[in-house]
Parts: sequence; C-alpha cells; structure tokens
Amino acid sequence: MEILLKGVGYSYAKDTPFEKRALTDVDLHIPSGSYTAIIGHTGSGKSTVLQHLNALLKPTEGVVMIGDRKIEAGVKAKDLRNVRRQVGIVFQFPEQQLFDETVLKDIMFGPLNFGVPEKEAERRARELVVQLGLPEGVLDKSPFDLSGGQMRRVAIAGVLAMEPEVLVLDEPTAGLDPRGRREIMDLFHELHITKNLTTVLVTHSMEDAARYADRIAIMHKGRCVVTGEPKAIFSNEEQLQDYSLQPPRSVRLQRDFEERTGLKLGEVSLTEEVLAKNIALAMADGGGSL
Amino acid sequence: MNSEILSFENVTFTYNAEDGPVRPAVADVSFSIQQGEWIALVGHNGSGKSTIAKLMNGLLFPNKGKVKVFGQEMSEETLWDIRSDLGMVFQNPDNQFVGATVQDDVAFALENNGVPHAVMVERVHEALSQVKMEDYKDHEPHHLSGGQKQRVAIAGALAMRPKLLILDEATSMLDPQGRMEVIETIRRLRESTGLTVISITHDLEEAALAERIIVMNLGQKNMEGTPAAVFSQGSKLTDMGLDLPFAMRMTHLLQEAGVGLQEEHMTEDKLVDELWKYYSKA
Repeated sequence: MEILLKGVGYSYAKDTPFEKRALTDVDLHIPSGSYTAIIGHTGSGKSTVLQHLNALLKPTEGVVMIGDRKIEAGVKAKDLRNVRRQVGIVFQFPEQQLFDETVLKDIMFGPLNFGVPEKEAERRARELVVQLGLPEGVLDKSPFDLSGGQMRRVAIAGVLAMEPEVLVLDEPTAGLDPRGRREIMDLFHELHITKNLTTVLVTHSMEDAARYADRIAIMHKGRCVVTGEPKAIFSNEEQLQDYSLQPPRSVRLQRDFEERTGLKLGEVSLTEEVLAKNIALAMADGGGSL
Repeated sequence: MNSEILSFENVTFTYNAEDGPVRPAVADVSFSIQQGEWIALVGHNGSGKSTIAKLMNGLLFPNKGKVKVFGQEMSEETLWDIRSDLGMVFQNPDNQFVGATVQDDVAFALENNGVPHAVMVERVHEALSQVKMEDYKDHEPHHLSGGQKQRVAIAGALAMRPKLLILDEATSMLDPQGRMEVIETIRRLRESTGLTVISITHDLEEAALAERIIVMNLGQKNMEGTPAAVFSQGSKLTDMGLDLPFAMRMTHLLQEAGVGLQEEHMTEDKLVDELWKYYSKA
C-alpha cells in the first residue's frame, strides 16, 4: 500500500499562543512494497511525519494519501479505523503500552477491537509468538513478568496481529542489547519480504538505514529535503553534514582507507561485510604492484 | 596507593524468592573498584547489570553477601550516608528533572541538603562548566536535546561533589551525537578530576574507553579485565549477546576475507594503519 504526503505542513497547538511549527511543505512518497528509512537529526520532524502515516495527526496544510484514503487539511476525517488497521505503528519503547493480564490477551486485543473473530485472533497470537522467537509457554504469563526484550517482542506481536499492510517502526531497537537489536531488525526485514509489507523505519542508526532500507528520506528542520537510494545518499558526505548527519561507519572507514592507501573501492560499502570483501578484492588486485 | 571505593563480596540477589525457585538476578558476584578507576559494567538485557546498580545505591539489598561502599557495608542504617557521596545518572533523560531552569535543577540536591546560598551558586557554576552547559543555565530543561539533558543530569550529580559517579545506561536512549557528547564529557571529567566512574552499558564503544571492564552474563560475573583483554575473547562475547567494537569486527571480517592482518585493532585509525602497511609491503 502506498502513502503520499503532498505539501504537508503541521503546527502543534495551532491558533494558540503556543503554536509551534513542526513540518513545512513536506512531499514524501512511500511506494508500495518499499522499505523506506526516514533519517534526520533530533528535532528534524521525523516523529511528526510518522504520526501522519496513519492519521494520528492530521495535516494543518496539504494532503496525505494513505492507500486510496485522502486526509486533507481543514476537512474532517471520519472513521479512520480502516487506516489504523492497515498502517501499524510500533512506537518507541512499545512495551510501555502492554496492559492486559496475559500475553495472549494482550496480543489479541487489537484484532478483537477491529472485529476479528476470537478464534482467528487467537490463532494469529499463537503463530506470532512462535515467529517472534518467544517460548510458547509465554502466552499464559503476565506480560509484566517477562524480560525487557521479551516484552518488546510481545508488543510488536500486538501490532502484527492486526495484519497491517504498512508497518511503521519508530526506533524499534532503542535500549536493546546488540544481539537483541540485530535479531529484531532481521525479523522486520524477513516480515517485510514474506508478508509483502511496506515498511517505514524512523531511525538514528545510519547503519540500520544503510543495511535494511531500499529508500532513504532525510528530514531537516521540518522539511523533507532529500529522498533517494541508500548508495547515493550515503556517498554524499557533504550533503549529510549539511543536515547534521554522518555516513554509516563502514562508509567512513572506506573513506579513511581510500585516502590512506590511494586505492579506490568503486562503489560505496553500505555494510561491514561488503566493505571487508571490497577491501580484500582491492588489495588482491592492487597489492604487489607497488 | 589505591584505596577501595566499592566492593561486592559474594553477592546474590533473587527477585520474588517466595514464588518458588527462580534464577537469581545476581549470583555470587564479587569485584572490587579502586578510587580513581573508570569501570564499565557490560552485559546483555537481563544479565543482572541493572540489579547491580540498584544494589550499589541501596535500592535493593543482597540476600547473601555484602556490598561495601566507601568502606561501609550497605544497610538501612548506612544507606543515606553512602548516598550523599554517590552520584547517579539514569537512562531516561526526561525522567530526572525537577527544576524550572537548568541551574535550578542542578541546585536542587544542594538546596535539599541545606548548602548555604553562596556555596550553592559557586558549585552550580562549577558543575555546569565541567559539563560545558554554562551557556544554558537559564534554559528550560525540557527544551534541551537528549545529550544536553544527560549532561545537566551529570552536573546535578557533580554539584554534590560525589566520590563516585554511577551512570546506569545513561547513553542508551540518546542519538549518536548525544551519546558522543556524554562520553566526551565523562572523558574530560576523568582527565580533570580523576573521579571514580562506573558506567553500566551495553555500548561496547563506550566500554572500550574504560580502564577495566566487568562482563555480566546470566547473573554471574563472566569476565573482568582491560578492554583489550576482554575484547580479545571475541566469540565468547558475541555468544553472550554482546558485540565487539566496530574496528574489531572489521578486523575479523577482513581476516575472514583473506586479508592477513596480524593484530587486533580497537580503533579505526590503527586498523587503517595496518591495512596501509600490509598493502605497501605486499
């Protein structure tokens, strides 16, 4: 499902003395089936954009198209249930939203609310628990007796149980240890492919954006200033600096390596694994000729 | 001569012990921290790190063993005495502000402790300059960035002139820039004051800067040593859900790809150096 923001502006507390502008004239196209990373410095407007993707916020200017549903500034939007079901958002620290007596009930809450029959909701919960790598016995436990990492997975299962077409992730790995981070990001990538999702990742991690996304959008001072493919975005270090961002570590190391040795690796290395291969290749070709 | 500032002696702690047998959150852990050290306590989620932090400041007491801080055993009686010399900064930058301005906030604990006004002004000024936040003294804390908030929280702890500063995952909710700001602040503080710092973290880049690392796994102390010694354990760390610093991961990936690097590198500079030497000799 595609999402399109056209000329979107948003002011918090509009028409009050506390009015604060967060977005100005944002054009952003999220094609169906894409994995888009939205990056930008703290305060750049990333989170405000995110809340427009399922109409939690409605634009104060411009238009948001969510699939074929149109949300327009100044026009009252009625019955957004379908939009909320189609676009699932995993917020930062989603485990803070767990509330029910058992994990099973917590995961079933969303689908039941959207009118999914109880049997089907339970089937989804059982399947998701396995997919998310949680032990099966967890279903009857209180979510508050689980470890932080497990609570995070339960909360994510609750969003996935609504079978959204678009999955929006707001810093989904914040506070997790390195292995937990990697496992969760790999899981989202797998879901993106197997469930044909459209995925939007809001992140501070240039490494995650480079590794997983096929499109990057940069937010800066409330505007969407650049969109493009990861290789193009991350090889333009000057442009990133203009927006207070840095390339991923692998790209920075590639730059240092090229400057020091005078070798050129050709393309920009978006992950550590690719960089290691490219360096090994360049040294095998170029080494010895000196 | 070093003197001991904090120690754990065979400390065991179990949550909800009455609900039947559960794995202790901290099991028979011993270590000793000397004055002037910078210690990183690392471990995966659920390894017992946070429980250790709570045992260090008397939010929890051990079921077995002893926690000693500044030479006194932690107990209901000594706890307030100990806490007055112990500064703590927590994970969430938004949950630790009480003052309307940055300087009010830093002054809060001083005021609570009845420090005279003139001394208070001087201490607040000194603490804010140590974290390079003087220019923000009249700002509202909520409007600062995450890194700035944590620096103000550190200043609040420093104003009390603590003998020991404990950072409980103080960088884990920050963006990369905020994380750098905080780490840089700690590094400068250590250089100028030699303050004893314990940082509880799973950021291995941060741990690499410490003098000694204590690795926790499943409630037990798994390793202890210099960053170089700990990181040389490679796969043992990754098996525990931890990671290696970026330069070391790259060193291993390059070796796997057939680049014959001889040394383990903890910094990118050193890695590029050896690559260059290797290349120019080849």
